[in-house]
Amino acid sequence: MSYILEILPSLLEGAQLTLKIFLWTVVGSIPLGLIVGLGLTSHFVPLKAILKFYVWLMRGTPLLLQLIFVFYGLPLIGSGALTLQRYDAALFAFILNYTAYFAEIFRGGLQSIDHGQYESAKVLRLSYLQTVRKVITPQVLKIVLPSIGNEVINLVKDSSLVYVIGLGDLLRAGNVATSRDVTLVPLILVGVIYLLMTAVLTFILRKLEQHYSYWK
Amino acid sequence: MLELKNISKEYNKRVILDHVNMTVEDGEIMCIVGESGAGKTTLLRCISGLERIDGGQILIDGKEFDPYSNQNNDSVIGVVFQEYQLFPHLKVLENITLAPIMVLKKKEAEARQEAMQLLEGLSLADKAKLYPYQLSGGQKQRVAIARAMAMKPRILCYDEPTSALDPGLRDTVKNIILDLKKSGMTQIVVTHDMDFAKQIADSILKVKPSRG
Ligand SMILES: Nc1ncnc2c1ncn2[C@@H]1O[C@H](COP(=O)(O)OP(=O)(O)O)[C@@H](O)[C@H]1O
Ligand SMILES: [Mg+2]
Repeated sequence: MSYILEILPSLLEGAQLTLKIFLWTVVGSIPLGLIVGLGLTSHFVPLKAILKFYVWLMRGTPLLLQLIFVFYGLPLIGSGALTLQRYDAALFAFILNYTAYFAEIFRGGLQSIDHGQYESAKVLRLSYLQTVRKVITPQVLKIVLPSIGNEVINLVKDSSLVYVIGLGDLLRAGNVATSRDVTLVPLILVGVIYLLMTAVLTFILRKLEQHYSYWK
Repeated sequence: MLELKNISKEYNKRVILDHVNMTVEDGEIMCIVGESGAGKTTLLRCISGLERIDGGQILIDGKEFDPYSNQNNDSVIGVVFQEYQLFPHLKVLENITLAPIMVLKKKEAEARQEAMQLLEGLSLADKAKLYPYQLSGGQKQRVAIARAMAMKPRILCYDEPTSALDPGLRDTVKNIILDLKKSGMTQIVVTHDMDFAKQIADSILKVKPSRG
């Protein structure tokens, strides 16, 4: 027990970084995903082609590779001009990657909205932006919430990948303690903390789904 | 007065509307009839600005008017869609007040008060706080009418207002349309139901499938 209390502060410090990356990725990539999703459903062919390529690239290569590329690869290209701090590099790679996944989810949601909803908004003289904001997005959010929820849970676990570029996240903290003290306890604790985080998220997501069940 | 002169419309080189002419006087009920596939909905979509016309002219009060690009809120063409297209995530009252608040920049209280008056006129006052999924087909239609009326349209259009209703409700729609006429509303009603058209129409336009 006293051992647990001894290593807990370093684990919680790691968990703090994990949560920071998680939160900023969610805050950045969900709105961006919606915007890219709107672009994917637009009729402007060049834009659509570029966004499709981007989504294909992000979903077709491992996140781990993207992370390594952003941190170790970019500095090589721009002769140093594109060098990012570890934390910024991680956040950049995560937002880039998750935006693509969210965009695909939003594209599906947007396409499932009856075109008549746009038309009834149009004859009521709502602008495109008003229509997206007041009519389309609330309906899309309800549709995509379960899929977004899955990705968000994945993100908590994916965040452990930042370990490879030397960031001190939760997993790294546990790993360090385990090799130093030759005991499994830190790793088990790490597992428990991840479980706690995903449990809280699952609870929040369920509440959100309940919130959106006031209409059909 | 709304005038259509030689309106043409094609879909993928297929002629749907071939030089259609029509005049709707202020305050009258114009019925557009014709068999299924004749192009009635297409004509309505051209009038309401949902489709660009390929030829001809649309005039309001003698002045050329392009519903497709028109931004002027004084000449709104209201539409009651066949499937109503209410906004499912908004309460009945919010469905009606959304556009007046967002587009006409009305104060929320004023928009609500006007919406409640419209709902009362359509015997829907007790439904203001419900969501569309909680309404019957006829009630949804009346909300769609109220929503369109809240924009103070120059002309109100209906696409097949009787097609999705129980026969018993036909008279209800008929009375609503006739009541609106009494209040001076100009209305265009698309229907394949000739009997219904004869009961309400001041003028009737027959559209035939174009051979193009
Ligand atoms: N968006 C569209 N693209 C191609 N053809 C269409 C489109 N909308 C309607 N049509 C065709 O135009 C014709 C007239 O359709 P419509 O105006 O809906 O007829 P109605 O309302 O009289 O039943 C039909 O043959 C239909 O297949
Ligand atoms: Mg039709």
